[in-house]
Amino acid sequence: MDMAVQKSFTQDVTEAAAAKAVKIAARDVNVHYGDKHALKHVTVDVPDKGVMAFIGPSGCGKSTFLRCINRMNDTIPGCRVSGKIEIDKADIYDPSLDAVQLRARVGMVFQKPNPFPKSVFENVAYGPRIHGLANSKAELEQVVVTSLRRAGLFEEVKDRLADPGTGLSGGQQQRLCIARAIAVDPEVILMDEPCSALDPIATAKIEELMSELTERYTIVIVTHSMQQAARVSQRTAFFHLGNLVEEGPTEVIFNNPKEQRTQDYITGRFG
Amino acid sequence: MSEHIVKSFDQELLLLDKKIAQMGGLAERLLAQAFDSLERRDPKLGESVVASDRAIDQLERELQEQTILMIARRQPVANDLRHIMTVLKIAGDLERTGDLAKNIAKRALAVSGENHPKSLMTGLKHMTELALRQLKDVLDAYAERDADKALGVWRHDEQIDAMYNSLFRELLTYMMEDPRNIGLCTHLLFGAKNIERIGDHTTNIAENVYYLVHGTTLADDRPKSDDTSSTLIRRE
Repeated sequence: MDMAVQKSFTQDVTEAAAAKAVKIAARDVNVHYGDKHALKHVTVDVPDKGVMAFIGPSGCGKSTFLRCINRMNDTIPGCRVSGKIEIDKADIYDPSLDAVQLRARVGMVFQKPNPFPKSVFENVAYGPRIHGLANSKAELEQVVVTSLRRAGLFEEVKDRLADPGTGLSGGQQQRLCIARAIAVDPEVILMDEPCSALDPIATAKIEELMSELTERYTIVIVTHSMQQAARVSQRTAFFHLGNLVEEGPTEVIFNNPKEQRTQDYITGRFG
Repeated sequence: MSEHIVKSFDQELLLLDKKIAQMGGLAERLLAQAFDSLERRDPKLGESVVASDRAIDQLERELQEQTILMIARRQPVANDLRHIMTVLKIAGDLERTGDLAKNIAKRALAVSGENHPKSLMTGLKHMTELALRQLKDVLDAYAERDADKALGVWRHDEQIDAMYNSLFRELLTYMMEDPRNIGLCTHLLFGAKNIERIGDHTTNIAENVYYLVHGTTLADDRPKSDDTSSTLIRRE
């Protein structure tokens, strides 16, 4: 008797994701901190204009890998990165490439909001100014206002642009950091646990913002919140002990992962 | 399957399975007793079936509440989420099974005064036996997380359908032969229909067991052969 297994929803998702252009391609990436082999042979594609989540227990290498994407690891003494990472098919570890220019294309938002000890306006204006992205004061103001709007913060701070950025609430500070990151018009935004210091309302605002930002940017987020990864991302990668264990459409990872280790981790059975 | 870091989660999951086992056992007993009450035209037994159906309903309500609370509290994913959702759905199917059995038992009251030849009951008896075996197998498949066994149950339902078809024709023939049989035969026909429906709920459970184990759904093109809705017997 013929037993047809229904083509699942998740298969459709896989096919849709496969059709999407690759923004970041990592091939056999290894990271050593001195003798410690922190990231082992990671090969993964990050699709353009979407959210990809990296999950895994502490020390699994997910943040290390994230920091490879804008060469933040260059600044750590004793850190060696090998393998290849391409953005739009261009090698970002090409020695002729300026890491500062790269970081303008690949912005980053950290776990703890870290606004400069400057005014709200100056926090956002800083990047465009040093990168020479605005020719006049009026143009710079325009960039600041647009960035604050895209970060969903403008309405809340429009009367406080001259006040110190550090005086905002935690959630507002984090959105200020996102505004600062997008002010230089990057292509990729890396987020390293951007909501772990925020309350649920501020978290929801950041998540809503992320889905709006995917119209223009590729977002890679490291998160410890499984629910957050499930909510915001289209693809998810699970890291464990420096290995990329499993990567796929978020629906597959959270409904029916292939690897036992993934299943054990996301269902809270680890260890 | 290794244990959760949070042990109370494992205990809650175990409790779900325990209640499903309880519900399943009750449903099997109810169906068996419902048929007995009809066969023996024993309204007393019929009444007791009606009463124990309440226990199944109660268990379903408890499972509903527990699964909803667990989803809210634990935010389960992957096999845990499938487990909880499967319990909720199986509980629904078992509750309906109980209702259908109860409906058969109620008919024992209606036919208690009727005089009927034993041969009339044979077809229904076989259907009940097969439905009971299917129900038992699917509950075992659930308890053992045995997708192949569930698939076996799923395929076997065709037999119940085939029995229903032939019983349908048989009862219609009796009615045409002697109009005095109409009252009884109509009740038996509804009884047979109920058992056929119980078989469908059993296959639902089989599909859910398959989904629980594999994370993919079975296509909804199960071999079906209930053609009674287009059957008509003409007087020669």
